[in-house]
Amino acid sequence: MFGYSFGELGSIFAMQAFSGLILFSVFLLMALGLAIIFGQMGVINMAHGEFMILGAYMTYLTSHIFQAYLPGLFSIYFFVAMVVAFIVSGAAGLAVEWILIRHLYRRPLDTLLATWGLSLMMQQAFRTIFGAREVGVELPQWMMGALPVTDVIEVQINGLFVMALTLLITGGVALLMFRSRWGLQVRAVVTNRVMSGAVGIDTRRIDRLTFGLGCGIAGIAGAAFTMIGSTGPTSGQLYIVDTFLVVVFGGAQSLIGTIASAFTISQSQSTLEFFLSGSMAKVLTLLVVIGLLMLRPQGLFVLKVRK
Amino acid sequence: MSTANTTTKNRHLELIGIGLIALLILVVLPVWLDAFRLNLVGKYLTYAFVAVGLVLCWGYTGILSLGQGIFFGLGGYCMAMFLKLEASSVANTKIQSTPGIPDFMDWNQLTHLPFFWVPFKSLPFALIAVIAVPSLAAFILSYAMFKRRVGGVYFAIITQAFAAVLTILIIGRQGYTGGINGITDLRTMWGWDIRTDGAKEILYFACAFLLIGMMFLARFVLSSKLGRILVAIRDKEDRVRFSGYDVASVKVFIFCLASAIAAVGGAMFTLQVGFMSPSFVGIVPSIEMVIFCAVGGRQSVVGAVVGTLLVNYAKTSFSESFPELWLFAMGGLFIAVVLAFPRGIAGLFTDQVVPLFMKWKSARDGATPDATPAPAE
Repeated sequence: MFGYSFGELGSIFAMQAFSGLILFSVFLLMALGLAIIFGQMGVINMAHGEFMILGAYMTYLTSHIFQAYLPGLFSIYFFVAMVVAFIVSGAAGLAVEWILIRHLYRRPLDTLLATWGLSLMMQQAFRTIFGAREVGVELPQWMMGALPVTDVIEVQINGLFVMALTLLITGGVALLMFRSRWGLQVRAVVTNRVMSGAVGIDTRRIDRLTFGLGCGIAGIAGAAFTMIGSTGPTSGQLYIVDTFLVVVFGGAQSLIGTIASAFTISQSQSTLEFFLSGSMAKVLTLLVVIGLLMLRPQGLFVLKVRK
Repeated sequence: MSTANTTTKNRHLELIGIGLIALLILVVLPVWLDAFRLNLVGKYLTYAFVAVGLVLCWGYTGILSLGQGIFFGLGGYCMAMFLKLEASSVANTKIQSTPGIPDFMDWNQLTHLPFFWVPFKSLPFALIAVIAVPSLAAFILSYAMFKRRVGGVYFAIITQAFAAVLTILIIGRQGYTGGINGITDLRTMWGWDIRTDGAKEILYFACAFLLIGMMFLARFVLSSKLGRILVAIRDKEDRVRFSGYDVASVKVFIFCLASAIAAVGGAMFTLQVGFMSPSFVGIVPSIEMVIFCAVGGRQSVVGAVVGTLLVNYAKTSFSESFPELWLFAMGGLFIAVVLAFPRGIAGLFTDQVVPLFMKWKSARDGATPDATPAPAE
């Protein structure tokens, strides 16, 4: 087949699967924040990619501060950067919810437009502050290099790190949703907003916190993103359509669905990339996802919700 | 004031508005502007087609499409394919290794015309395709979704994904589509040179007349019984369905109509600007066209055209003098329109200016003032 031996083909698939896993991590990290916001409030946040890039720029700033003032601690700067990214993006999210989103809950389509306006402004702000060129962060020593698995297959350490981080954050979100009091309230509001209000849950407060948390997770996604790629003012837009499809395809209110659909989309895209050109792989994947959505509009996993 | 009275008054107002627009684009602007600026206005007018279509499907039926660039682009590409084939006659392309095919195909080592290009050698076919291809695309896209009662945010996202797919496809298959540069170097239509100033002026007037025709068409649809059903679908879709109407078919029809109108705009764009490229197809231009419509007023045909002209005028003058500020201004405009003036300029006009005028008029006539603002439609 294509003039490769089985052994070579096996390694190629393994490598493609690995790069698919990195793509999976990026999709999942972005989609997590989007999914909890969309599931909770039915709001599509078009500026989600920009919140992610905000986190990426925070990481970039933190790395520079560490380089200049705390060179001895440079190897652990990333963990500080993650916290900074979460706090800054989350705070920005809370502010946006308070200024913009809460006035538009009854008009979900208008939220889409307003957050698009917001994303334009954020992009221009990034361009003014950080410049139009893409910036990259310097990785600490321990994250560089690759681990040899067999003599032909190698895996990058930074990729592995991002995957581990993704697992950790997904686990954290799952814990928060299914084991904490706040998660219980969120799930109650998702299933029946009016009834949750009637039993004394402050739905407005839950909305605001959810939005902030979603944006904060986007910030962490941005921090992770700097480990595997460079950051520019419009990088967020590259992934936003894929992420929307991940969320919709997975079924808006389901965490498992989001994970499953992020995995399917990223793996099929990166496997197809080997056989076709990159752009055709993406076209084919998107078309298949759209086709499946037309057959099954509610997504892969459905939560019974009273409207 | 009875409701019937208000609707007739609004209808008169819209007719006066269309008359004023006609006066502006057919008389005032051609007299006032030089050839270059007039061509620029002609380009803006082609976007106004899309905005008029959006009034039908978004403002009145509640279907937000973030992919109108697909239809604008398909219409434009159908026109461009014909013009390109006419420009690549064997005599014009004899330096190529395969004469008689468009230059970009030659650059990409194609040796014969792809099958879907062949029928575009005929102008009647191309003109029919300008309407038929985008309408068919809109039909396929919307039929599957509306029959399954998918709408709202889901529909918006899927149209957006389609816009992304089409852009990637056009850029990726450059041997067949001209790639990121698009289809350029268009010269003649049936031997008539479209690049001269005289031809551009004629095309401008053709575009302006077509736009006014489309505005009347939109008015006609909206003031018919169908228009009533559209508003009812927007406000309470289930109730319309329970009353026995076939909601899905109505929505498919209005979406296809909006797409066909956008496609006519795309074809006029190609003719006036002289090229078509994927930068008018993708996500960003599609959303920009929604902005034009939102700023003008999503429930007013006249407002949509005014909004398109104003936003584009602002964009041109802003990006000439302060390019960095433009995105801030545009983003801010979008947020402000959505938050504070959901009915756009047209809404401001009917809510604020018209009552003032009525008050002034009745005070002058000495009649009892009757200045209740028109209820929101």
